[in-house]
Amino acid sequence: MILWTNALIEGVLLGGLYALFAAGLSLIFGIMRLVNLAHGDLIILAAFVVLSVAAWLHIDPFAATLAALPIMFLAGFALQYCLLNRALGRGLLPPLLVTFGLSIIIENGLLELYSADSRRLHGGSIETSSIALGHAVSVGVVPLLTLASAIVVILVLNFIFYRTALGRAFRATADDLEISQLMGIDHPRIFSVATGLAFVVVTIAALYLGMRANFDPTIGPERLLYAFEAVIVGGLGSFWGTLAGGIIIGVAQTVGAQINPEWQILAGHVAFLTILVFRPRGLFPRAVD
Amino acid sequence: MALLETRGLTAFYGDFQALYGIDTALQPGETVAIIGANGAGKSTYLKSIVGLIRGPAESVWFDGQPIGARPAADVMKRGIALVPEGRRLFPSLTVEENLLIGRYGRSAPGPWPLDKIYALFPALKARRHSASTTLSGGEQQMAAIGRALVSNPRVLLCDEISLGLAPIVIRDLYNALLQIKAAGTSVVVVEQDIVQAFRVSDRIYCFQEGRCSLSGRPAELSREQIHLAYFGT
Repeated sequence: MILWTNALIEGVLLGGLYALFAAGLSLIFGIMRLVNLAHGDLIILAAFVVLSVAAWLHIDPFAATLAALPIMFLAGFALQYCLLNRALGRGLLPPLLVTFGLSIIIENGLLELYSADSRRLHGGSIETSSIALGHAVSVGVVPLLTLASAIVVILVLNFIFYRTALGRAFRATADDLEISQLMGIDHPRIFSVATGLAFVVVTIAALYLGMRANFDPTIGPERLLYAFEAVIVGGLGSFWGTLAGGIIIGVAQTVGAQINPEWQILAGHVAFLTILVFRPRGLFPRAVD
Repeated sequence: MALLETRGLTAFYGDFQALYGIDTALQPGETVAIIGANGAGKSTYLKSIVGLIRGPAESVWFDGQPIGARPAADVMKRGIALVPEGRRLFPSLTVEENLLIGRYGRSAPGPWPLDKIYALFPALKARRHSASTTLSGGEQQMAAIGRALVSNPRVLLCDEISLGLAPIVIRDLYNALLQIKAAGTSVVVVEQDIVQAFRVSDRIYCFQEGRCSLSGRPAELSREQIHLAYFGT
């Protein structure tokens, strides 16, 4: 029983990481209906940025992430403004092709710069710290911080979306691009701010990815898959749904691993497909199309 | 000098030409009505003014500046607001959020603060926190007019605001337009309801198949002239 309880708790905490992977994807898709196939590679790129900042400035990964956040925001803004905006409004295929190309460029660029060696963000004693829940179950501090960060990120994103003028502009642009322009909304700039925000979330996700496991330039596509599954299970356009989706995929994986270690990844995909069969629009859909 | 002017305005949808050399002028404080049958080019004319369809810069002039090639967001910031055909409120925004988005990025005070919009359309105040999709057709039209007004425009463009509404609601909306005009805002109404168009306007332009077939002051135009200009027969 304790093993199953432990698996469940681990799954919920892992879900926090998947929700962080997915929140940026959900943000971009929700506003501009752009499916970013480079999202997984961007997470890995952000992890390498944090790694490099930590090495250059001789600071821990948390401080390095804080330093990297404005850099990544500007990088996201520039990427959207200079490249991705040009691919929008021309049908479904151009954004897919452009982001697919971007994914290949990022992966190969990282291989050139950092080689294929596995890396890790070293956070010191916090990596092995845990909090006891009763006498037989304990949870790691980093996984707990991951879930807490995912909740904070989603709270902040919801605040921006539903309590600020910028959020109104995000929603208006997503609702009706043509009419939003008549409100004086400069939509290329709004899209760029959204991608900048998504890059901030990606960088936070990268911090916890790098502290929990090894990473190398080739693992981006798998992170993209988990992010997609979390977004689709939760329902397109809903941040809380994305958190729920991440937790469902995470719990499915840890429970699957508990049954048989080889089933971990498979169990997540089976949970995803099962939910798709019964709820094709996800559990908490918000987007209309 | 005219506040808003079109000079030889043309507009295209791909290879299809929708407007052929339209010349119009709106004086400060004036209300102008654009009438015509379906497909005459009335909505295209408004879209060309606000920058949703862009053409040569010199085809549209506002306050002495050529704006024909400017993007919609820029045209709006200069002081031209459009109430689009079919209302097109933002469905994920509440009524009040729909009004607030109308002045996105601007904080300068003007003649149309939110309170004044609610005074003009009291029904909106009671529904301010409701989803815009729950409003009746008339209330949605009020919200669409309010959303345009809240940006404190110098020119308000209204595209078929009577479409699909009950006569009593149409009368109320046009009474509101008279109040808007009295407050100093110039108005262009595109309308198929000729009675209402004549009631509120100082001048009329009639469009037919993308061309201006008639213009003049309502009192100066005969029923036969209008019939001929409207239907072409």
